[in-house]
Amino acid sequence: MAVDTPKPLVLSNARVIDPARKLDAPGSVIIADGTILAAGPEAANQGSPYGADIIDCAGAIACPGLVDMCVSVGEPGAEHRETLASASDAAAAGGVTTICTMPETDPIIDDPALVDFILRRARDTATVHVHPLAALTKGLRGEEMTEIGLLKEAGAVAFTNGHKSVRNAQVMRRMLTYARDFDALVIHHTEDPDLAGGVMNAGLNASWKGLSGVPREAEIIMIERDLRLVGMSKGKYHANLISTSDSADAVRAGKKRGLDITAGVSINHLTTNENDIGPYRTFFKMSPPLRDEDDRQAMISALADGTIDIIVSNHDPQDVETKRHPWAEAEDGAIGLETLLAAALRLYHGEQIDLVRLLAAMTCNPASRLGLDAGTLASGAPADVIVFDPDRPWILEKSAIKSRSKNSPFEDARFSGRVLRTVVAGKTVFDRG
Amino acid sequence: MISMSDTAPHRISPFPHRHLLGIEGLQPQDILGLLDRAEEAVEVSRQVEKRKSVLSGRTQINLFFEASTRTQSSFELAGKRLGADVMNMAVSQSSVKKGETLIDTAATLNAMHPDLLVVRHHAAGAVHLLARKVGCSVVNAGDGPHEHPTQALLDALTIRRHKGKIARLTVAICGDIAHSRVARSNIILLNALGARVRVIAPSTLLPGGIDKMGVEVFRDMREGLRDADIVMMLRLQRERMNGAFIPSVREYYRYYGLDQEKLGYARDDALVMHPGPMNRGVEIDPAIADGPQSLIREQVEMGVAVRMAVLEALAAHLPNHH
Repeated sequence: MAVDTPKPLVLSNARVIDPARKLDAPGSVIIADGTILAAGPEAANQGSPYGADIIDCAGAIACPGLVDMCVSVGEPGAEHRETLASASDAAAAGGVTTICTMPETDPIIDDPALVDFILRRARDTATVHVHPLAALTKGLRGEEMTEIGLLKEAGAVAFTNGHKSVRNAQVMRRMLTYARDFDALVIHHTEDPDLAGGVMNAGLNASWKGLSGVPREAEIIMIERDLRLVGMSKGKYHANLISTSDSADAVRAGKKRGLDITAGVSINHLTTNENDIGPYRTFFKMSPPLRDEDDRQAMISALADGTIDIIVSNHDPQDVETKRHPWAEAEDGAIGLETLLAAALRLYHGEQIDLVRLLAAMTCNPASRLGLDAGTLASGAPADVIVFDPDRPWILEKSAIKSRSKNSPFEDARFSGRVLRTVVAGKTVFDRG
Repeated sequence: MISMSDTAPHRISPFPHRHLLGIEGLQPQDILGLLDRAEEAVEVSRQVEKRKSVLSGRTQINLFFEASTRTQSSFELAGKRLGADVMNMAVSQSSVKKGETLIDTAATLNAMHPDLLVVRHHAAGAVHLLARKVGCSVVNAGDGPHEHPTQALLDALTIRRHKGKIARLTVAICGDIAHSRVARSNIILLNALGARVRVIAPSTLLPGGIDKMGVEVFRDMREGLRDADIVMMLRLQRERMNGAFIPSVREYYRYYGLDQEKLGYARDDALVMHPGPMNRGVEIDPAIADGPQSLIREQVEMGVAVRMAVLEALAAHLPNHH
């Protein structure tokens, strides 16, 4: 990140949305010294700071930059798929100003020195904020706990076993218990590894395709187990990627019992379903697998009623070498940073969720769960702001993808809503012009 | 050599697809057209002079990622009887072990300008993937547990020649439905032609959602065989099972092996089929396999005819076809 202080900036004539303050009103955003001076109707009546660049937003939305807490990057170890620099370019173009990197790199981020490495590389090469998530267990093997305290001191914002569940309930219980002493958040992938041996959602669709299925119960059983362990340990827990109506029910019930839990969903599970796989299109292969339309609708309802707190891109760059295989042999994962907001806006345009709640799930909710100073336009907050036109139509062309990997399930998809400008710490890092 | 003109199938409508990737997506008239063509191929194959020239000068590559003596030789013979230059490539031993991907193999083969590619692969969808990457016509010779369209076609041809029709026959498919591409292709084809399809298997060998796949489901073999016209046995594919689906072979044979007593529940004129290779004494009593109700050897003959029909039908889509 640049050390020089950027010029003051005024985003005028905007529809200012700040979900953290439940604000949605015409106004301006005034930025100086990399922080928000004022944002909203009151800001429209204030003068501009001396020497400010004044941008007329022409009625477009100004809101906090998105916080994406589940992003896989190929650095270190698979830089041909994605670097921190290329991921941050993709993020900026998609309106994401903070990314949390998954620890499933080579080497795995299970040592404080590696957390430090990510932070230094990000400082030198990335244009958006980067916060590492550290491994919950050594080597992500699900056996021995990592140095939660030292990793947190080094800058890890939460702990996760990546896209693998901790199979052993006793290990998971101890992790939750130990992490509690450091007020550390445990982010878990909820799929029973034995039941989840298949390669797509179990059911008729998989049967006709001749593919082995991952039953919904693989997820439901794991999440129900985890919530019992959270109850025992009084830990702080986030179910990273839920995909079934029963998982949402379990989370709903757990919250009612007063557990310190939150739940996330990937944008893919909100906007696509197993029918999109078509003739074995591996860009739609992911973990958990895409479910049926009923479960997709249940995810949207759970987001609308607050059961699901957070939307993530689950950005996972894969290249031809890992994707262009027969379905069962292809890797899981889809990129999503550049399309996160545009895809999410489909739910708003479909009148399935109001815009403030939708944006909360990608701004203040993840920021507050992770304890980050981000995701709001309150005075004094870091000036991470995006401007987007919620109605501008566009088509995702493969050649325009900024990510180094092109495995987008939205290739050639039509969207309404496009990011025009992305500001990180007061500096414009992306401008569609 | 029989000239093109005397065998040109005037009454058979052209096959509208460039590839044969599965039975799914075929219209009943497509299927019937292939069966009619195959009838002609049976006649050709029974003559002393068996060669036609419809694929003369064309190159057919049989690309088998999974060993199969029977299907591969059937396709080889079919291609040769139509005059094609046929090359067999067994890939499992060579390139894959060197880390070459399916797409690399496809690109390599494509550079050799084949006209027809016959592919077997252990993974569902692999043949679809390959078909998107090559410039020639592709025939699916079995992709994992997904489809095996020429097997279903040869089964239908065999049935039709004996029963005169497919519609309204009761066909019972018995065995490892969950892992069987033969079962999937047959379920689709038999339904398309109006047969009543039953499946008989222990629940662990039935795929999820089987009750919505257009079949009647039976766990009891005697009930499932009652008044059946056709009994289609499947190979118990032990090599595909990575878990314990059945406790033992002897228990399986007791409940799901086809013996005289169980066959007695089917119609007296019921016919017995098996795609091969058989596990005698595992899924079928050897006396039935070699007995008067068995069509198993005839299925092999029909296999060559059906594959000739498919290759000939696809030839119409090759460039410069007359």
